Amino acid sequence: MIKVNGEEIPWRNGMTVQDVLDAKSFTFRMISVWINENPVGRRENYSSTLVPDGASVDVVHMISGG
Amino acid sequence: MNVLAEWSYTPAKSRLGYTRETIWLGLGNRDGDYRFEKRPVSDDMIDKFIGGRGFGLRLLWDAVTPETKWNDPENEIVISGGPICGITQYPGAGKCYSVFLSPLTEQTYNSNAGGYFAPLLKFSGFDALELQGKSDVEVVIFIDGDNGRVQILESNVRDDKNAYTVTEHLHEYFSEDEKDKKNISVVSSGVAAAHTYWGCMNFSFYDPRRKVARLKQAGRGGGGTVLRDKNVLALVVKMSHVSGTSTGPADVATLSRVGGKLHKEIRDFDDVQCRMRTVGTAHLNEIMNDYDLLPVNNYKFGRHKNIAKIHSDEYTKRFTQGLPDGCWYGCSLSCAKATPPFELKTGPCKGRQVIVDGPEYETAAGLGSNLGIFDPDWTIEANFYADHYGIDTISLGTGFAFVCECYELGLINEEQTGGLRLRFGNKDDLMELIHRMARGEDDFSRTVALGTRKMKKLFAEKYGADRKAMEDIAMEGQGLEASEYRCQESMAQWGGYFLTLKGPQHDEAWLIFMDMVNKQLPTFEDKAEALFYFPNFRLWFSLVGLCKLPWNDIEPEDNHTKYKGIEAAKVPEHVQNYVDIYNAVTGKAVTKGDLITMSERVYNFERIFNLRMGKGKRADHNCPSRGLGPVFEDEWNARPEYFDEKLREAGTEPDGMTVKDKTAKLQEYRRGQWELLVDAVYKRRGWNRNGIPTLETVRRLGIDYPDVVDLIEKNQRPEDAFR
Repeated sequence: MIKVNGEEIPWRNGMTVQDVLDAKSFTFRMISVWINENPVGRRENYSSTLVPDGASVDVVHMISGG
Repeated sequence: MNVLAEWSYTPAKSRLGYTRETIWLGLGNRDGDYRFEKRPVSDDMIDKFIGGRGFGLRLLWDAVTPETKWNDPENEIVISGGPICGITQYPGAGKCYSVFLSPLTEQTYNSNAGGYFAPLLKFSGFDALELQGKSDVEVVIFIDGDNGRVQILESNVRDDKNAYTVTEHLHEYFSEDEKDKKNISVVSSGVAAAHTYWGCMNFSFYDPRRKVARLKQAGRGGGGTVLRDKNVLALVVKMSHVSGTSTGPADVATLSRVGGKLHKEIRDFDDVQCRMRTVGTAHLNEIMNDYDLLPVNNYKFGRHKNIAKIHSDEYTKRFTQGLPDGCWYGCSLSCAKATPPFELKTGPCKGRQVIVDGPEYETAAGLGSNLGIFDPDWTIEANFYADHYGIDTISLGTGFAFVCECYELGLINEEQTGGLRLRFGNKDDLMELIHRMARGEDDFSRTVALGTRKMKKLFAEKYGADRKAMEDIAMEGQGLEASEYRCQESMAQWGGYFLTLKGPQHDEAWLIFMDMVNKQLPTFEDKAEALFYFPNFRLWFSLVGLCKLPWNDIEPEDNHTKYKGIEAAKVPEHVQNYVDIYNAVTGKAVTKGDLITMSERVYNFERIFNLRMGKGKRADHNCPSRGLGPVFEDEWNARPEYFDEKLREAGTEPDGMTVKDKTAKLQEYRRGQWELLVDAVYKRRGWNRNGIPTLETVRRLGIDYPDVVDLIEKNQRPEDAFR
């Protein structure tokens, strides 16, 4: 299992940041992703960055609109 | 046009962001007693109220009494930009605020708009314009900054008194030639504003590429209704001499440097962030749907299977691309999108080709999904007519959504609606209702036009509709219709909507992602802190004449890795930009912390102003059940597992319960949470349990004027103190 914004979701071998975003339907563009307190960086890294089992992932959505 | 009165003056030049003079225009009391007065701006006014909305509130306070109603001659419309308003180096610097007593909320209201009016007013010599009284004949007021004169003219518009027509006519009337039209800005409403409390004010700027006057709306609160009640067809300002230094800034080099940095960010990152330059705020449509935040059918649901039909790509296709759509010089964010010539299918302009400003997100959702309509062309036409007739698109959308649900619940019927079948998605009849509101001839449309709060009362009185059911589903707070976000799953946003100064408008705080998705506000204290910081930070824009969008609809590339958590949401480098440009214009030396104090002062003054008008207490912070969670079974059944889990988190095992009982139980729990949130927020804001700022708070902020202290002393009770 991994935790995404404090909520558990199942982990699988080879799971990437993009897989996590897809699983959570996080489609907003202005986000930042942190794995175990470390920033993942640019969006183009999401499909190649692996998420380890047991990780704590923060997907921080910035505010927009309004 | 016939000149009814004229006054000459020597325009003061703006220095360090201020001309230090305001203009008061008295229209008499339907007696032709027109008066003009130039008034000085004191140091205290600049220090405590800054400009824009702050100036508006201060001037309105002095103009009215606790007994003044929105349609009394004493009520004013005060329009002011602020010290930064009119710079051209930084994007979004042409905003102004209009402040008035609102017909909808019966307390102070402030509504902002872009366009050129406020900068040109300042460069014509005035930090603010006060409009008081009621004219005996319909007038156009012309402020001629080029020649230092103000004229009150008898309107020569006899036929179509709607916004696009009036604005085009007045740009033409007061300009020397085509090139001169950009030196003019017009404020107008439309014929519906004479019948509805949803009247909006349209602020113009001339678009030389499209060769049309464009309209930006100070939509909310009924300012257009007040304007029409004063018998003012339009306000016009003209000023031909505008430059990057017209505000008289202390440090032009810093303005250019900071502005250049943001222009570069917009150029480099807008296409991968919010796409404001291509679709404006309508980029949010599908995002809101994905997160169950899109209002569908009067906020019952948060998503819809037909979302693809109103996807932002559909709007992008309908907007003209590649034009610099800023609503003031120097705004490279360019979100003021417009259609190419669009043929209208209904109403008095049927068959005409018009350029339509927008829709922005709020309109796309309010006059779209919230009415069960997924047809961008219908929304564009409704947007055109709302602006043209002078109706706020947000209140129109939310108010109509309430009407549709009442109709579907059988609380009102076809006989009462004058033959209209007002089901969700019935495009023809809903468009017809817009046209009927403009005509104001039939009882039903006139009732709807008074806004949702009054509809509840009148539907019950006239039609015997169930008041309790209407109270549950009507998304209004303090008399104002909610804007277009479904807030029920974010407790912080309950406060962002319903613990506000003027009602559920999203300009104070939009905390849904931070709270519901990011889970950054787990405790009541966390939520209260956010409901202290963000309303105060965002209010600051309204004091100085800036648009909020360049704050966080574009962000530095490394904002999301350099800062974490709530700090990232504050966009610290952009906050520093604001400190830098404020200091560069005014010559002052404020810090980031000072921005919050500046706002907090005005925030509390406005709250006290509402207390003075007989509102501004805890009981006035109403929150409808629909704002807290599902009201009916079909809402629960749209996400049964999700809501079952929410009930478990609330300490109730849902197994074996009926959906009706589960819905009631969750509502009961959340109502209790709401009361706890109210306490936490009031405490953090330095108010008592009754929502009144304490004497300690007003003294700390330096707004302990004798009449303010007297008012608080009269209203405070020992039992309301936090221990």
